[in-house]
Amino acid sequence: MAKKELLKVEGLKQYFPIKGGLLGRTVNHVKAVDDITFTIHEGETVSIVGESGCGKSTTGRAILRLEEPTEGKVSFNDVDLTSLSLRQMRKHRKDLQIIFQDPYASINPRQTVSDILNEAMTIQNSVPPKKRRKRIIELLETVGLNEYQADRYPHEFSGGQRQRIGIARALAVNPKLIICDEAVSALDVSIQAQVLNLLEELQEEYNLTYLFISHDLGVVRHISDRVIVMYLGKIVEIGEKEEIFEKPKHPYTKALLSAIPVPDPTHKKTHIALKGDVPSPIDPPAGCRFHTRCPFAQDKCKQEEPLLKTHRIMDETHQAACHFVEEIENGELLPRDYEIKPILN
Amino acid sequence: MAKYIVRRLLQTIPVLIGVSILVFSLMHLIPGDAAQIMAGEAASEESVEQIREKLGLNKPKPVQYFNYVSNAIQGDLGNSIRSGRPVVDEIKGRFWVTAELAVYATILAVFLGLIAGIISAVRHYTWSDVSIMVVALFGLSMPNFWLGLLLIQWFAVGVDFLPIPDFLMMRPSGWGDSWRQILLPVITLGTSGAAIIARMTRASMLEVIDQDYIRTARAKGLSEKIVIYRHALKNALIPVVTVVGLEFGAFLGGAVITETIFAINGMGRLTIAAITERDFPVVQGTVLVISLLFVFVNMLVDISYRMLNKRIDLS
Amino acid sequence: METNVLEVHNLRTSFYTDDGEVKAVDGVSFTLPKGKTLGIVGESGSGKSITALSILQLLASNGKIIDGEIRFKGENLIGYSDRKMRDIRGNAISMIFQEPMTSLNPVFTIGQQISESLIKHQKLSKRDALLKSVDLLKLVGIPSPEARVRNYPYELSGGMRQRVMIAMALACDPEILIADEPTTALDVTIQAQILQLIKELQHRLGMSVVFITHDLGVVAETCDYVAVMYAGQVVEYSDVFTIFKEPKHPYTIGLLNSLPRHDMEQDKLEPIRGNVPNVRDMPIGCRFSPRCPAATDLCRAELPELSKDDKGNDVRCWIYSDNWDGEMEVNVYGEKRIAQGRGVKAVFSD
Repeated sequence: MAKKELLKVEGLKQYFPIKGGLLGRTVNHVKAVDDITFTIHEGETVSIVGESGCGKSTTGRAILRLEEPTEGKVSFNDVDLTSLSLRQMRKHRKDLQIIFQDPYASINPRQTVSDILNEAMTIQNSVPPKKRRKRIIELLETVGLNEYQADRYPHEFSGGQRQRIGIARALAVNPKLIICDEAVSALDVSIQAQVLNLLEELQEEYNLTYLFISHDLGVVRHISDRVIVMYLGKIVEIGEKEEIFEKPKHPYTKALLSAIPVPDPTHKKTHIALKGDVPSPIDPPAGCRFHTRCPFAQDKCKQEEPLLKTHRIMDETHQAACHFVEEIENGELLPRDYEIKPILN
Repeated sequence: MAKYIVRRLLQTIPVLIGVSILVFSLMHLIPGDAAQIMAGEAASEESVEQIREKLGLNKPKPVQYFNYVSNAIQGDLGNSIRSGRPVVDEIKGRFWVTAELAVYATILAVFLGLIAGIISAVRHYTWSDVSIMVVALFGLSMPNFWLGLLLIQWFAVGVDFLPIPDFLMMRPSGWGDSWRQILLPVITLGTSGAAIIARMTRASMLEVIDQDYIRTARAKGLSEKIVIYRHALKNALIPVVTVVGLEFGAFLGGAVITETIFAINGMGRLTIAAITERDFPVVQGTVLVISLLFVFVNMLVDISYRMLNKRIDLS
Repeated sequence: METNVLEVHNLRTSFYTDDGEVKAVDGVSFTLPKGKTLGIVGESGSGKSITALSILQLLASNGKIIDGEIRFKGENLIGYSDRKMRDIRGNAISMIFQEPMTSLNPVFTIGQQISESLIKHQKLSKRDALLKSVDLLKLVGIPSPEARVRNYPYELSGGMRQRVMIAMALACDPEILIADEPTTALDVTIQAQILQLIKELQHRLGMSVVFITHDLGVVAETCDYVAVMYAGQVVEYSDVFTIFKEPKHPYTIGLLNSLPRHDMEQDKLEPIRGNVPNVRDMPIGCRFSPRCPAATDLCRAELPELSKDDKGNDVRCWIYSDNWDGEMEVNVYGEKRIAQGRGVKAVFSD
């Protein structure tokens, strides 16, 4: 792809200390994100998917330095964000905005919509004061709200409308990259579709780049160009959307996709049932972190951590972290004591 | 759990050091010369010097502090200036009187507070809830000395139902045999505690009743009685235990007014007397003992809270 | 003919708040044939959970069923005394809830909590109840159940807790299990485990299940019949194939068209315009009319009844009635537009 690299994450680690013992020292760490590397190109939508505790939201927060990363480098437009002072970082924040799942939690309930947007513009000084009111109305119209709603308070809006306010606030400073952290997860389907369409329209209009963090694979398939699958703080698979959804290679991705109920009662599906729960990120399994639940796990998986790489049978843009991608694909390796069950009906 | 108890014990050490420094400093916060003040205006140079020598006031402050602490650990809090007896002995006799008063007051507060709180919560927004909460508010806002005087006026002087207490006549180690003598002081001391516990129980119960697991209990077909007294109460009591413990600690240290009104020879009264008589070693001693008790009770409260609340064991 | 284990007719449930009456459920009818699974699907505020709670009469103290019938094996549960309802709850009809993390009492062991229903309904001794609890934990696939009965809820993961909730609900061999969003709080691989478990147990024990969810995927995968709810009312009720392949109500169609699919490519989502109406300020006519692409003056003026269409399925829409004036022909396409498992598309043409 000839497109410009906008965001580059290299070797990012985010460990949270656990205090304990008699003197409250740090006795261990929650390894929320453990050495991940990926790139996002300008104008592209990249999604991070995974189940709770996989580190997807932590990644988003670490990129913005909302929490200081433990290790690693985050470059934006070739500027290393992790090396900036907080003051310099603030200048760059206008290029990187974030939208949260619950916009209400990140909005001051005593401010009107107009105040909220005005504040965003003031902090970044992106619009001269005289033009701000005009810009606010423009923004509201852009996100599908009306001028007369500018002086209302957040509680007067529905969930979907609040998310529109959150989007307007992010847009107020003309960002280049917007991180959407479960931005549509709390919305009802009919409203979610409205917001997803809005995000797509805005991307086209303003050449925005999205990092889309979500557990909903339907939403991810709809909005993404490329998809990153995370499990226990690691990237297990990364690739073009069609590759991930149509030709998943990592056993975890396959299991994840097969676990999602299909909204079609005639759909006959087989389902790779994963047993047990996700292990604790405090003490993740050695070797491949997925080996405790993987139906294909071999001794090698327990000892050696697989690298994220393009295997022979894969498209060049597609990488998976599994020792046995090829063996599983050509049927040499069969799942052990795992039933692949037809769904009862 | 054992680990937690050890940690909690260790945590009290800095508090104890702080308390001892504060108590020690009492002596030195007095404006002017402590020895002079204790000896009185008219005392001769010699006797002032004698007191200074006796109390070790002529040594450097760190040495004085060290001596004070090491003596205290060995159970020596110095001698009373007024009576000449060891402070420890002075306190010992009075301590049990106050402790008994505090225990009875706590029992009363828990008994009344819990019943009132539960009734209030179960019938919330009804007539009985509103009246219980109004009474609780009165109990909470009523100053101890006023309540004590009223009780004496109504029950002792007015109707001659309960005798005017004269505990000075009692054995120094305890109460008289009659519950009548105890009743009024216990009510005086325990009322505010009962009010606090009632309000806490109500708030806690109301919060618990809205929880998902209460709905689960109802969905099992359990009767309302079991839902309330088994499922809700056990959870609601967890924060109440903390309040009970703190109230007990407060009763131990806060019986001063009640003891004064009812002329009970407890720790509170001892403290007051020592203050008026400038008997600094005794003041130091009582303040130290009350502080230690408070720290200790607090620790017990924390530990029992932890034992009751399984959930925080996780973190 | 199959018998209906549960029939709900025109249920109305209101809540009385300081701001007045809130008609949370205002016209809900459906039937649940024995041994089958009924899905009640709708978005937040549609009244689906209140419907479930109304069946067991577990409403908050300011809520009241004001009209309708809830027939369990022919007998109307409305009007039952509280004592009689208690004999049904957790016994003939039991329920599991959305939040496994908060639905178990933190201060009692798993064993104690399962035993309770057994002691109450089956008059077992404490010992026997605990032994049966172990069996139940085994039934729901909890490893080393003998040790787990002595655990407190905080010692279990979310998925495990939901299994415990299911064990608790199954303790007295219920005829109906009401599952209120039982997998919404769980991760998708754990959701798959729990859905599979419920289906297996249903087959084994011959239960009927009421499944309340907002997830159309879960409905398609688990349910035989579906009631679609909107703004406190059932707008469509039929078998699951009809709902997904020949949806009738414009809301059902809109819902399917706005659903992003993980199993196929879609160009653009077609959202339903506007927002869900406020419960305190419902539209006078059809409640969906302000958002409906086919709405006419009739729709805006008069509320349609839930009535049978030519195939015997229930739909609450003027389009399917004789009153439809045909000014604007509305064409809801059926099966022939469903190519290669693609989503259902409806075209409203003029």
